Amino acid sequence: MMALRTPLRAALGLGAAKAGFSHWWLQRVTSVALIPLMLWFAFSVASFGDMRYVAFVGWVQAPLVTVLLMLMLVTLFYHLQLGLRVIIEDYVHVEWMKLVGILTMNFICVFLSVLGVVAVLKIALGAGA
Amino acid sequence: MATDSRPLSPHLQIYRLPLTVILSISHRISGALLGVGAFVFVLLVAAAAAGPDAYAGVHGHVAAWYGQLLTFAFTFALFFHFCNGIRHLAWDMGYGFDYATTHNTALIALGAAAGLTLLLWIVVIATRWGA
Repeated sequence: MMALRTPLRAALGLGAAKAGFSHWWLQRVTSVALIPLMLWFAFSVASFGDMRYVAFVGWVQAPLVTVLLMLMLVTLFYHLQLGLRVIIEDYVHVEWMKLVGILTMNFICVFLSVLGVVAVLKIALGAGA
Repeated sequence: MATDSRPLSPHLQIYRLPLTVILSISHRISGALLGVGAFVFVLLVAAAAAGPDAYAGVHGHVAAWYGQLLTFAFTFALFFHFCNGIRHLAWDMGYGFDYATTHNTALIALGAAAGLTLLLWIVVIATRWGA
């Protein structure tokens, strides 16, 4: 049967859905972006020593910290979601469980990144504290 | 025919994994662990946005001995994933594929991760000592 179809026809029908590359590429783009962001984050948190409320809020309120934190949170959770997706795809072989797993994981990642960004904004724009 | 008792390749129970393979699976595991770390950080920021009392609740756990132990583990996981990730980016650009090089860069990634972790905690201790 297959012999009656040209190789081009087979490739068009069964080939890649053209979206695989963007997953691979965005994983690389986010990882490159996370190189400076995570270095900054780790050493910035490490170097303010006292992590009590006033010090923490003061740190988040510094304009550069506010901006970098939001960029880091969005990039980090996007990168995390791409990585966890591959892990689920590799180890979960029951189709409906894979689908539910990926969707649940995606929703949690989006929720956490929005929660983080809103919390940072609330602290940064808050009149009190 | 029973197929579930057939041996799988590589035979994980008897096969001594090369360092490169251990680092490969560790990249995955550390990535998933860092997701937990990211969750804890979002929790801390959200608590700070909610107010001093909520923040104190979360911070109490982070500052406790088990929280500090986990934070230390997270910093090593972070720097390991960081260094090994740069190794992956080099591969993506076509560098370092032969076996000797992959083994050497594995050692370099581990060493750099340990070095960065040590440096970070020296900064932490120095800042607290100074404060």
